[in-house]
Amino acid sequence: MSYLEYTVKTVPSGWRKMLFINWPLVILLTAIAGVGLLMLYSVAGGSMTPWAEPQMKRYALGLTVMFIVAMVPIWFWRNMSVLAYLVALALLVAVEFFGAVGMGAQRWIDLGFMRLQPSELMKIAMVMVLAAYYDWLPIKKTSHPFWVLVPVFIILLPTFLVLTQPDLGTAILLVAGGGLMMFLAGVHWAYFATVIAIGVGGIYTVFLSRGTEWQLLKDYQFRRIDTFLDPSSDPLGAGYHITQAKIAMGSGGWTGRGFMQGTQSRLNFLPEKHTDFIFNTLAEEFGFIGGISLLILYVLILVFCIVSALQNRDRYSSLLILGIGVTFFLFFAVNMSMVMGLAPVVGVPLPLVSYGGSAMLVLMLAFGLVQSAHIHRPR
Amino acid sequence: MRRAPKDTAESIRKISRRGLILCGVQLAFAGALGLRMQHLQVDQADEFRLLAEENRINIRLIPPTRGQIFDRNGTILAGNEPSYRITMVKEDAGNVDDVIARLSSLVELDEDELNRALTEMDRSAPFLPVTVAERVTWDDISRVAVNAPALPGVTPEVGLSRVYPRRGDFAHVVGYVGPVSERDLARYETPDPVLRIPRFQIGKVGIEARHEEVLRGRAGAKRVEVNAVGRVMRELDRREGTPGADMQLTVDSKLQSYIQARLGEESASVVVMDVQNGDLLGIASSPSYDPNKFVRGISVADFGELRDNDHRPLASKTVQDAYPPGSTFKMVTALAAMDAGVVAPDETVWCPGHMEVGGRRFHCWKRAGHGHMNLEQSLRESCDVYYYDLALKVGIERIAETARRLGLGHAFSIGMSAVTEGLVPNKDWKERERGAGWVIGDTVNASIGQGFVLSSPLQLAVMTARLATGKEVAPRLVRRIGGVEPTTEAGQDLGFNENHLRQIRRAMYAVSNNRRGTAYGSRIIEEAYRMAGKTGTSQVRNITAAERARGVTRNEDLPWNRRDHALFVNFAPFEAPRIAVSVVVEHGGGGSAAAAPIARDVTLQALYGEDPPLNAYPSKDRERIRSQQERLQQVLRENDPDTRSRA
Repeated sequence: MSYLEYTVKTVPSGWRKMLFINWPLVILLTAIAGVGLLMLYSVAGGSMTPWAEPQMKRYALGLTVMFIVAMVPIWFWRNMSVLAYLVALALLVAVEFFGAVGMGAQRWIDLGFMRLQPSELMKIAMVMVLAAYYDWLPIKKTSHPFWVLVPVFIILLPTFLVLTQPDLGTAILLVAGGGLMMFLAGVHWAYFATVIAIGVGGIYTVFLSRGTEWQLLKDYQFRRIDTFLDPSSDPLGAGYHITQAKIAMGSGGWTGRGFMQGTQSRLNFLPEKHTDFIFNTLAEEFGFIGGISLLILYVLILVFCIVSALQNRDRYSSLLILGIGVTFFLFFAVNMSMVMGLAPVVGVPLPLVSYGGSAMLVLMLAFGLVQSAHIHRPR
Repeated sequence: MRRAPKDTAESIRKISRRGLILCGVQLAFAGALGLRMQHLQVDQADEFRLLAEENRINIRLIPPTRGQIFDRNGTILAGNEPSYRITMVKEDAGNVDDVIARLSSLVELDEDELNRALTEMDRSAPFLPVTVAERVTWDDISRVAVNAPALPGVTPEVGLSRVYPRRGDFAHVVGYVGPVSERDLARYETPDPVLRIPRFQIGKVGIEARHEEVLRGRAGAKRVEVNAVGRVMRELDRREGTPGADMQLTVDSKLQSYIQARLGEESASVVVMDVQNGDLLGIASSPSYDPNKFVRGISVADFGELRDNDHRPLASKTVQDAYPPGSTFKMVTALAAMDAGVVAPDETVWCPGHMEVGGRRFHCWKRAGHGHMNLEQSLRESCDVYYYDLALKVGIERIAETARRLGLGHAFSIGMSAVTEGLVPNKDWKERERGAGWVIGDTVNASIGQGFVLSSPLQLAVMTARLATGKEVAPRLVRRIGGVEPTTEAGQDLGFNENHLRQIRRAMYAVSNNRRGTAYGSRIIEEAYRMAGKTGTSQVRNITAAERARGVTRNEDLPWNRRDHALFVNFAPFEAPRIAVSVVVEHGGGGSAAAAPIARDVTLQALYGEDPPLNAYPSKDRERIRSQQERLQQVLRENDPDTRSRA
């Protein structure tokens, strides 16, 4: 229990912890959630229902969860890491058998009061377990082949389960998030170079598999890649979404068409305008200024995470904060690339802005961990 | 386990370094996203704004109201009447089958149309109205309106549809409209977008087709905002169109109806023309057909009946058919000969009943021969040999030239469909078209309007009018477009010797007023309205020498389509000509028996403006004329749209 020796005396206790919370981060999160609520209000045609109001309640719940998690000492969470991973894994297996099918994929378990997406939970649990793993592992062994294979296994097991749902977007986020955790922990460069080389070869193989009986991706996934590469090939079919999304963004111009004046979203040309493509609504109605502002808010969160992580001399905390930061980055980077036509449409929501319960709660829980690590940092 | 401080320090350093690298990569990626945003939203903003506007704004055309067509007195010939249809919106109807069932208990629904509507409803967006019944009556519409609460989604709609109240009387003149076909669209390089409106109708034949652009008007447009599935959200703005211009024709509908009734089911045509300004007062072709049937979409059976009828109701015989003018052409030959100075009016020619030309024997219609004939006698009795003789002296070129000056061989552009040029043959023409040299026999045949000569009833009327006035009268069918009267040039003098013309007119007068005239039986007694005319009988078959030897078969013994065409042209009144008339009765037999009586009736009708008093006719005809007038009155009453609507 490395903490106990030199931290406990200086760690704030009781309500005093509230003073040590990273308040700028809370304000940034609230600002982003506020933008999300504004956009949900707008895409509903100026109405709190059906999206803005439930989202607001979820954010309130998420904020509460964040504070509760923040109050609990970080070493408790570290000890919970493996358990969290195992629970998330169990839920992923459960979703295979009892999961509800939505959009052609098994993704959630209906708990009655909310729909739980175990894959969302896994994103955080994996960061936790990898941080704990590298905290436990002597640093010298970090690049030892066997000790490299262990985290690879930790990453690939849930990834495989998520892929069978099938949910390509989450699988990519899991692999990328886990890989970056290993990078942060100091695994040797050569491993990454090798994986990237294999990855390129793998992608080539995947494309080669197309149309054969051992086809590795579903047809719809191939089609998404096709239309991503050339949206004009299918302007009224699958390419329609990408094309309309770009039109929505582009028509915003510098200052946008005005709040609730976005024709592309208001007239339903924009698909999934309240979930995956909500950024386009924002960009259409508030223009380049609005879009870049949200991007800056996201970057600021990243910066605060990195600053907090680098201040933290505890290895677990530091890795955890950076890992959550990376997960958060991957969320918005993939979503934005996707809606701006830079990446195929893989179904990743815009964090804290898109309508959706699981993602929001899990992210707030993650930021609760960041806060906990921040409050209980060694001084 | 306690970690060595060095170990921890190294760990922290490594995390810091990699953390900073990662931070840099993340910031760089965020920067790339920002650049992409800038590229889309700043650099390409205008382009995407345009695309967004194209997405949301739809231009809907508002069809213009078609111009109406009136006769010279303002009687409506082609108008627009409200037509009612019932549309249904699936989304509002809820249970479509229920609503249809309830609707069909109120209104009789056409099975085919209903099935078509149901499939259309399945295919199209649920908020689009689909027509379930067309051309329903006002009663049906009222019943639907009263029961509106039980018929959700069902809306009675009113539109305009073309109607021809005078039915067949103007079918060939005014024509009809019909739905736009691919052929119609192909005719234009850039078709007016209004033509693509479903159910839009354009002129197919006659005035409706020839003056389509004028009558159609210009479509208005409204810009509407639509959503992704095409539902109209709101109207942004609208520009009203210009309705089509009304047209007034020169035709007198009362006269026209009379002529149509008079012709009945005969395969015939009549043109009545004002000799002063060329106004076509009547231009009738029979049998006719009801153009309203075409507007509604004529059934295959009905169309087949019209198409296969050997009296050719669809043909506009007044302008599109050219017949050998027969003896009505003799005025042309006579005028050409007099103008050339090869014959004087009093010079006589001996008619033995035939003439030998180039080793061939050309017969006069009177086998026994007419004896000595001068101009007036020859025209009056229609001696053929006299004209053979004239033609040989004057030659075909001068005859052709005179014919052209009188309006033959020219396609007058009067706004009707398929106006024929007819044919005035000369040596060049035969060389060019037939590849054979002109022989003297051709001249002989042409002199009496046989052989190659062809002319339409319209051309014959023009010829008669020009003979009556000596002026270059041109026929005119359209009097006003949109209240503006097109400028018409007063007919120039044709430059014929007035004395020669007078000789010809006097001879024509003799045709119907001299006891020996071929149309004496169809003379007018009323002094002020006496007419001058000329009969014509044109053969549609060759009479062989063998048949001639046996004795020519009488027309009545021939099958209908082998009989001669009967022609008659005249102008009246003789002293101060007002109208020129031409009558062609296809396979009617002799001109004096079949065509002249019609010409007399039409002439009197036109001059009196109503049924003429019986004392305008010779006394022996009066009883027959009286019963004929009564019969026609009956027919006219039945056809009159005013009495029809009152009944």
